[in-house]
Amino acid sequence: MDFVTLLQILDSTLRLATPLLLACLAGLFSERAGIFDIGLEGKMLAAAFLSAAVAAVSGNVWVGLLAGIAASMALSIIHGLASITFRGNQLISGVAINFLAAGITVLVSQSWFKQGGRTPSLEGPARFESWTLPLANTLEPIPILGPIYKELISGHTPLVYVALLAVPFTWYVLFRTRFGLRLRAVGENPAAVDTAGVSVVGLRYAAVAICGVLCGIAGAYLATGLQAGFVKDMSAGRGFIALAALIFAKWRPWYALWACLLFGLFSAIETRPDVIEALIGVKVQVQLLGALPYIMTVVILAGFVGKAIPPRAGGEPYVKER
Amino acid sequence: MDKMPKWADLFLIPIINLILAFIISGLVILAIGEDPIAALKLMVEGSVMSTYGWGFTLYYATNFIFTGLAVAVAFHAAMFNIGGEGQAMLGGLGVALVCLFVPWPHWSLAIIGAMFSAAMFGALWAAVPAYLQAKRGSHIVITTIMFNFIAASLLNYVLVNNLRPKGAMDPATAKFPEPTHLPSLSDILNGIGIPFAERTPANVTLFIALAACVLVYLLIWRTRLGYQIRAFGKSEPAAIYAGISPTRIIMISMMISGALAGMMAINNVMGEAERLVLNSTEGAGFIGIAVALMGRSHPFGVLLAALLFGFLYQGGAELALWTTIPRELIVVIQALVILFTGALDGMVRAPVERMFLAMRRKEG
Repeated sequence: MDFVTLLQILDSTLRLATPLLLACLAGLFSERAGIFDIGLEGKMLAAAFLSAAVAAVSGNVWVGLLAGIAASMALSIIHGLASITFRGNQLISGVAINFLAAGITVLVSQSWFKQGGRTPSLEGPARFESWTLPLANTLEPIPILGPIYKELISGHTPLVYVALLAVPFTWYVLFRTRFGLRLRAVGENPAAVDTAGVSVVGLRYAAVAICGVLCGIAGAYLATGLQAGFVKDMSAGRGFIALAALIFAKWRPWYALWACLLFGLFSAIETRPDVIEALIGVKVQVQLLGALPYIMTVVILAGFVGKAIPPRAGGEPYVKER
Repeated sequence: MDKMPKWADLFLIPIINLILAFIISGLVILAIGEDPIAALKLMVEGSVMSTYGWGFTLYYATNFIFTGLAVAVAFHAAMFNIGGEGQAMLGGLGVALVCLFVPWPHWSLAIIGAMFSAAMFGALWAAVPAYLQAKRGSHIVITTIMFNFIAASLLNYVLVNNLRPKGAMDPATAKFPEPTHLPSLSDILNGIGIPFAERTPANVTLFIALAACVLVYLLIWRTRLGYQIRAFGKSEPAAIYAGISPTRIIMISMMISGALAGMMAINNVMGEAERLVLNSTEGAGFIGIAVALMGRSHPFGVLLAALLFGFLYQGGAELALWTTIPRELIVVIQALVILFTGALDGMVRAPVERMFLAMRRKEG
């Protein structure tokens, strides 16, 4: 395998890891606050649709991004109502949100655009263009480092950098601010937070809202960055891979970055079976590569390699008084 | 003392939930510029006003009875089995292997073999997450979701590399041999003199599904094991105190659940397609969740809910055929049913409970 191929694969790894990373961090906020969210997939899908639809109509991708976030937020509010206010089952609510998004995106896109459940393809300012970082072309002649800078680090859409910056941001918010401490506490022992006079409901809604924003960016990236327009079911299980990555990362931001890059690498080499064969000398089935994130998550969950312990109060509605 | 009478819990609340789900579905249809009343009329006409429609409605309902019972049995043990889809896929593999490689003399023997094989495959696919939950504390919801994806990859691999006939492009098995052909509902009914539309997919599996409802009822409410499952589901510490082994209950209830989901395959794979294709389950495993929630995990409730979803499925197909409303409308309705009967149950329950309390106070 030559250097150019390696760069290509790493480049697409980064692009494919971006939606996973955003959704994974979204789940991280929610689950650290004790709200399980298996509706990441649905929120991404809804955001992908509305961002593409609004970008197509308005011709401005940033307006599309806002619309995508709004769509994801709307589903987050439903999830919050069901699991915080009415103390329903968070898992069931998540399942419902996934189906709601899967159905309503096709229904509405068919009604608006009449193109068999897709939006018109986006071009020009309706789509995120890749950014060339300063000096990328000047530095290119430098051996090895030059191409790495130009191909791998530079030349991505803005949301890729947003996703990468979201990692230290998440770490800072969760582990270095008062809000973060409270948010983590509410996922471990809500009664203690309540006793300290801090609103459990407020914190949990805040977490669910942050989750909605991040899922919205993830979905918008799918439809306006990675691809040019929305197609039916385009999230294609990414929300669940993000969930897997979250467990793989043991609910920690930096680990989440590595987990998402790893799973991104799997999907990047899934389309290049020739490279794997050249690399390890064995023909690996594409189906196995596709299933690998899920298998690894089960192994991690089983505690055979390290142990993934979820936030203690996760999945339980908080009842103030009994 | 209960906050409200049992009938309100069993019938009133699910019906209010359902009405809310349907009102919002109607609003969705209005919002995309169609007429909800006309749509409903079309759905009813296409699914229950002719024996042809019933032939499809009952076929879908048969699938949903199996997956609904699967989720319901697991619910009784406080396990949320989202893996019905994967277990049904593996059940399909079990059916295909038995139908393709065993020379069956007659369908009546073939169906027994296929049932056994489908149940085994489904149960084993559920056994791994169950074991991990019981022994290693891995959350059953996450592992069963992961197992759905692993099942899809596995099936894809087996169909492409092993079971696909030589030269075929389609990732599907060859057609099953003639002796494994199951009699359709129209064969049976026309045979005893009741006219029923031909070329409909409902088949003899329907009766097996009905028998499964009765057996699940007997298991849950009339056996010692069923009592243990329910006791464990209500309170794990109390069950342990009473000498019930959590590992045993989790394993058994999840394997029964997986076996039921797997047995769906005799309907869709053996009865309808007569070969195994990719994505043969078409999401029926997930509809089981809505069916079990709506049926309050009771076999009779599951039966009614499965019929309702069978109607929605066939009606939705008719809508897609005659109007511009896509089939995905039923996915939206399904989502709203899950949302209102499952997650937002407390929203309806609290005011209804308050109403009953107020009424009682007035009487007393």
